[in-house]
Amino acid sequence: MKRTAVWAGALALAMSGLGTAQAQSTFDAVKSKGYVQCGVNTGLAGFSQPDSRGVWKGLDVDTCRAVAAAMFGDATKVRYSPLTAQQRFTALQSGEVDMLARNTTWTITRDTSLGLNFAGVNYYDGQGFMVPKKLNVKSAKQLNGATVCVQPGTTTELNLADYFRANSMTFKPVVIEKLEEINNAYFSGRCDVLTTDVSGLVSTRASRAPTPADHVILPEVISKEPLGPVVRHGDDRWFDVVKWSLNAMIEAEELGLTSKNIDQQASSTNPSIQRFIGATGDIGKMLAIDNRWAYNIVKQVGNYGESFEANLKPLGFERGVNELWTKGGIMYAPPLR
Amino acid sequence: MAGEARPGVGTAPERRSPWSLNNPRVRAVVYQVALVAAVVLAVWYLAANTAHNLEVRKIASGFGFLEREAGFEIGESPFISYGAADKYKTALTVGLLNTFRVALIGVVLATLIGTVIGLARLSHNWLITKIASGYIEAIRNVPLLVQLFFWYAIISENLPGPRDAVNPLPNLYLSNRGIAFPVFASHPVHAWLGVALLAGIALSWLLARWASARQARTGQPFPVFSAGAALILGLPFVVFLVAGAPTTLNRPELSGFNYTGGGVLTPEFAALLAGLTLYTAAFIAEIVRAGVLAVDRGQFEAGAALGLRPRRAMHLVILPQALRVIVPPLTSQFLNLTKNSSLAVAIGYPDLVSIANTTMNQTGQAIEGIAIIMAVYLTISLSISAIMNWYNKTIALKGAAR
Repeated sequence: MKRTAVWAGALALAMSGLGTAQAQSTFDAVKSKGYVQCGVNTGLAGFSQPDSRGVWKGLDVDTCRAVAAAMFGDATKVRYSPLTAQQRFTALQSGEVDMLARNTTWTITRDTSLGLNFAGVNYYDGQGFMVPKKLNVKSAKQLNGATVCVQPGTTTELNLADYFRANSMTFKPVVIEKLEEINNAYFSGRCDVLTTDVSGLVSTRASRAPTPADHVILPEVISKEPLGPVVRHGDDRWFDVVKWSLNAMIEAEELGLTSKNIDQQASSTNPSIQRFIGATGDIGKMLAIDNRWAYNIVKQVGNYGESFEANLKPLGFERGVNELWTKGGIMYAPPLR
Repeated sequence: MAGEARPGVGTAPERRSPWSLNNPRVRAVVYQVALVAAVVLAVWYLAANTAHNLEVRKIASGFGFLEREAGFEIGESPFISYGAADKYKTALTVGLLNTFRVALIGVVLATLIGTVIGLARLSHNWLITKIASGYIEAIRNVPLLVQLFFWYAIISENLPGPRDAVNPLPNLYLSNRGIAFPVFASHPVHAWLGVALLAGIALSWLLARWASARQARTGQPFPVFSAGAALILGLPFVVFLVAGAPTTLNRPELSGFNYTGGGVLTPEFAALLAGLTLYTAAFIAEIVRAGVLAVDRGQFEAGAALGLRPRRAMHLVILPQALRVIVPPLTSQFLNLTKNSSLAVAIGYPDLVSIANTTMNQTGQAIEGIAIIMAVYLTISLSISAIMNWYNKTIALKGAAR
């Protein structure tokens, strides 16, 4: 009798457990967790890389911190998961991370059949090639028969094959998953060419090349690579928060608000600024977060220009096409009203 | 009614109710039904939950992606020609063939090296024993992945670039792109050579059977080994001469960035093969040593008493008995080697796991990709086990089967 009761009880418990294991929406899960789990690169200087004290720094890291500042008012409430290119989508699809800010290109395949949503673009990029100067190559069209180092599971791999096919050239790929290993293979001479987004090439040359001046980035940019943060399908509220956190950083630069001057600007009579910092209007309520969400982002993380200056300018990046639309670039945030 | 007398009531045990849980048979059935129901419920729940979540997130599912264009190149495809315009299923087949290539060669080499080292550790020569022990202890205690990185670094960083390649023999070039060597230009006689080789093997097997039957009947020995070798090597050679001895070579030549033409042994393949073979050989050496030590000391002495030299005694008396102990753990080592070849993804050799990972990433269909990998490795492992179990039965002592 006692044993029956034990068995019956165990089965009933299992059944009830099954019933309540519904997927919670990411917004609610993050709110109850108290921090954002952010998928980032394993170590790409300027985008997401831990510094010498283990603190994560970079443009993508700042995107994550902006989301945390919007959700919780505290940009430190983030935990980082370094992911390789092959692990990143499975980690996001399975729920291991809440969002990806991992220099990921926005493509239709990823937007649809992978079940993901791209929350905007934080860096407009393109794919390029880097070769050692001593090979005397001036253009990508001279690379017939070369050995090319590339990471698997990336748009880089596909664009590379397409470009060589379109130009009737052949190549031998060396395909290694880990970023450090593929860089080693290039710098040790195993391959003639390293290919990835131009931002990755500039960053790698500045941070990992034994002699940066010995390597040249070829002039051809063979693809469009709009890089941005990514979330899962089916989570509209979370999608909105991530999307508008990024937009707030860009809009802040357009309004002239920086982390240094936002407190003085709080007394400005400009209605756009008043709406931005949450003194008027209830945009925060529409997103179901604090009304001072945009103020928190700019105060604790900075605007887009500040993030770019701090992370990418020291490595030799120019704003180029990533300048604001009012200054000749294509960074354009929809209006916050 | 209490107190009513029944025949034998004082001596018979109280009858148990047939359907209550106090009856152990009823209990057994109920528990088993409950357990099966719980397992089925768990499996059904996992499958239904996964399908529901895939649908909600609009993640594609099904195996239709195998017919789509792959779009990526593969570094090594020695058996079938592959280009970026081929389908995903062709890419996965290339990965599978690469895995077979490394696993088969690795198994053969590891067994040979392992047996030699295992027997070396049993030698009476102190230096040889110590060298063998040192090798086994060092290799067994370092993780395989670390060893693979080590071999890859040694092979790819110590050789010069292709434009300054080392040229030890004419037409042989050593560079950090691999070893480029000449191969015979494709010629129709190669198919006939293959047929002749198989015919030689079959004939020498028949010869061995005839010779042992004749020896059992009349006691006359026959030089089976030499005759067999003559058949296996001689028949193809004769075919080769008859076809006019075509010796045109396909030479490797430096053109632009790399060597084209000829065959190439890439650093990735060489590093993977070296790492896997030496690692597994260390384990096989210990298995062989255990097998030989398991044979009773009396067998060695009996062999010596019959006048057999130590090497003949080992070959004719000890090893056949040792094989019974060696073969089952040897099967495990073969399976380990095959599965460890999946570490190729860390050094860039395009084996099945590496290509399936890329496919999973480009299509987003992780569940189907993992299912393919698991099915393939399960098939390979079961095949190896089946073959080794069949071999085990043939070498078992007759009448000792349990």
